[in-house]
Amino acid sequence: MSGTPLLEIEDLTVDLPTDRGPLRAVSGVSLSLAPSRSLGIVGESGSGKTMLSRAVLRLLPAGARLGGTARFEGRDLFRLSPRALRRLRGRELAVVFQDPMTSLNPVLTIGGQIAEALREHLGLAPRAAMARAVALLAEVGIPEPERRARQYPHQLSGGMRQRVAIAIALSCEPRLLIADEPTTALDVTVQAQILDLLARERQMRQMAMILITHDLGIVAGRTDEVAVMYAGRIVEQAPTRALFKHMRSPYAEALLAAIPRLHAPPHTRLAAIAGSPPDPTRPAPGCPFSPRCRYARERCRSEAPALSAENGGHQYACWFPLPDRAAAEA
Amino acid sequence: MLGLVGRRLVYLVPVVLAVTALTFLIANLLPGDLAIAMLGDQATPENVAALHKKLGLDLPLWQQYLHWLWAVLHGDFGTSHRTGETVLHAIAGRLPVSLELLVIAELGGILIGVPLAILCAARPGSAFDRIVSGVAFGSLSVPPFMLAILLIFVFALRLGVLPATSYVPLSQDVLGNLRGMALPGATLALLEWPTIMRVLRSDMISTLQEDYIAMARAKGLSARRILLVHALKPSSLTLVTVIGLNIGRLIGGAVIVESIFALPGVGRLLVESIYLRDFIILQGGVLLVAIGFVLVNFLVDLLYAVLDPRIRHGRA
Amino acid sequence: MAALDAAAVPLGGDRPARRRRGLGLVFWAAVLWIAIVVAAALLAGVLPLADPDRQALLARRALPSAAHLLGTDALGRDILSRVIYGARASLAIGVLAPLVATLLGTAVGLVAGYFRGSFETLAIGATDVLLAFPPLVLALAIVAYLGQSVTNVILVLAVLTVPAVTRVARAATLAVREREFVTAARALGAGHARILLREILPNVMLSLAAYFLVLVAVTIVAEGILSFLGLGVPPPTPSWGSMIAEGRDSLDIAPHIAFIPAGAMFLTVLAFNLVGDSLRAVTDPRRGAP
Repeated sequence: MSGTPLLEIEDLTVDLPTDRGPLRAVSGVSLSLAPSRSLGIVGESGSGKTMLSRAVLRLLPAGARLGGTARFEGRDLFRLSPRALRRLRGRELAVVFQDPMTSLNPVLTIGGQIAEALREHLGLAPRAAMARAVALLAEVGIPEPERRARQYPHQLSGGMRQRVAIAIALSCEPRLLIADEPTTALDVTVQAQILDLLARERQMRQMAMILITHDLGIVAGRTDEVAVMYAGRIVEQAPTRALFKHMRSPYAEALLAAIPRLHAPPHTRLAAIAGSPPDPTRPAPGCPFSPRCRYARERCRSEAPALSAENGGHQYACWFPLPDRAAAEA
Repeated sequence: MLGLVGRRLVYLVPVVLAVTALTFLIANLLPGDLAIAMLGDQATPENVAALHKKLGLDLPLWQQYLHWLWAVLHGDFGTSHRTGETVLHAIAGRLPVSLELLVIAELGGILIGVPLAILCAARPGSAFDRIVSGVAFGSLSVPPFMLAILLIFVFALRLGVLPATSYVPLSQDVLGNLRGMALPGATLALLEWPTIMRVLRSDMISTLQEDYIAMARAKGLSARRILLVHALKPSSLTLVTVIGLNIGRLIGGAVIVESIFALPGVGRLLVESIYLRDFIILQGGVLLVAIGFVLVNFLVDLLYAVLDPRIRHGRA
Repeated sequence: MAALDAAAVPLGGDRPARRRRGLGLVFWAAVLWIAIVVAAALLAGVLPLADPDRQALLARRALPSAAHLLGTDALGRDILSRVIYGARASLAIGVLAPLVATLLGTAVGLVAGYFRGSFETLAIGATDVLLAFPPLVLALAIVAYLGQSVTNVILVLAVLTVPAVTRVARAATLAVREREFVTAARALGAGHARILLREILPNVMLSLAAYFLVLVAVTIVAEGILSFLGLGVPPPTPSWGSMIAEGRDSLDIAPHIAFIPAGAMFLTVLAFNLVGDSLRAVTDPRRGAP
């Protein structure tokens, strides 16, 4: 990677309070993202990918504890004053949430919800802000933007609402957009449209993007880099091309196998990953994936592997990465 | 929106009819003969029978009801045999006092309750929240007459800054009127705010969990804007119901407060008509108050639609 | 590496870190107070108390002393004794009226919620009609015309409470009627009466019990209002409401005459509200501690 990073996360941990004691949702994650680059974060639900993004946005639930550092253009996100944090959010750091049915305020008009960010951050007058809001609606592909701007969220379809959420996120020309499962709640036919819209806007605006998803297929060909998360850790990270060419961790391989394929013959059995993620309130020794890993050996159950540096930016955390298996068995 | 109004209106008619029937029934089942009361000393059996005939009291009950209902539908709620005043006139004379008290009480309750609810909901479980919630819960257990007496004791008797019982009509002396209304208004406001605060606090706490609030925070909006614009309106439906119920109740006057502070409102009129056995005023007054209550609730249902566009568009 | 408390950010969520376990000191203090009031009311005749009706014109409006622990009222009657005898009236009415209302309202609400249909529409419509009337005026009027007696006060307050109980009972019934054990009982061929009494009633009982306690608090206040306005418990029987009304006349020279019964009433109402609210919080899984 080249240049100074836009976002630099080091050894980030997030602990959430639960009735059964603290839950380590994110455990020692380090990441770096250069300006106008894109990163996909992939993992099952509960892998900590959403909490990672919420930590960067400082939108964690009350009582959550943060460890480590996260720097945005050199500024320590965890030490920002509430005022500075507000100036950053929405202005330089924007987010699109998973469910457009719940992420827009039901009692405020769509135009108003876009315009308020413009007024807050860019100091636009009400009229000018509304005009910009209408232009943004047109840009994200909403027909009849003037009429739509006066409507309420429930009068729009899910795909339309997600376009509105994207318009809100783009409104102040942010430097980094975090899209948290932006298509999970949408119809399959709409998913590709939304992803293409995000990719197009990113290119046009030279904006960096973190795309969070549970579906490896979504990041393929859409992001520059991919990080695969499991049980709050990054288990594999590489340039997207390199990762798909040569997966090293058994977990990434299993995730890939879990993608339903359009071209597979009908009635092919979907390969789901057997078992479920470990209980994060009861960490066990060893690699967290070992109970579900079909390649797991003695060492995997007693010692957790660390993320190792490798050439070409391909890193993974596994004692027996896939191509080395033959050697290990010998 | 029109469909909603229509549906509520269709429900309104049988309820109002039942209210009239029940008012009539209660009034007629109570012991006591109107004719004897009206005639007083002259209540010879012949005179009573003649008056019965004149008033239609010799007819079967259902016919009496229909006659009465017919008169009511024409705006004739009866005339007091004691003062010769019509029910409508008597109520109309007292209503301004009760309405002024109502406005002071609700405004006061909202002015105290809403800001406290917002502050508590912003940091639930904080020391501030726990103290305010505790005081609100305790206030709910204060009997109204006890609060009235306490305020009289402190402000009228000990400090001597406000009069306890001096009603001046608003049209005569605005300042004097407000001074006289201060203690009764404060009594009611202090009784209203705990409910307002508790309902709004609890609804706002759940609204603040919503995704769209996280979204508003992610937009970099100020805490003030998030609380007042994004969270308050979607949280105010139950609040509107509660305030509507309170207003519906107070339309009939605050019986206790009007009695203690000697305010000539509707509530005191009704209580006096009970003491004085002025049966016509009581029956007509109760009916008007009950219909007023039903109408206020109808308006509250419509207000829902104003507050929530989903209801307005018939989707919720 | 700094560990930061994210709770310092305003507008955290509503997730109080500590969850209250058990019912707490305040709850047990409230229970204790109710127990004391009930015991005093029941044992009023046995306790070494002055005659609540004996007037001592030489010892009028006396402050608390050894002879009169809480002082005397405007007629020289012992306030402690009158407060304890007054508890009898308040508790008798405060418990019996909600009890009658709960029996009636539960029956109607249960049937309405279980069978639904036109009976339900009728029952809910009837509660709407009853709730439209100004309750206090109605209570005052009926007591005034039927005659002032403890029985009449109980009956009137019971009738006025029925609509509220009906609504709560119906709502609770609606919540359980589709649950598995009801379906199972139906599948096993249990009759309606059996399902209502053996399956549904036990499951709505707890929330109705919590509501009953809140109604006791409300009714004690209502009885106080009636007595305060001179249309409750007939004199000379002491009642907290009438004691406060009598004390009002000497408010400037002897405020304790009004404030002692007022304090007793407030504490009792507060105690019932606290216990009722705690039970409601326990029975209602949706809401945590306040």
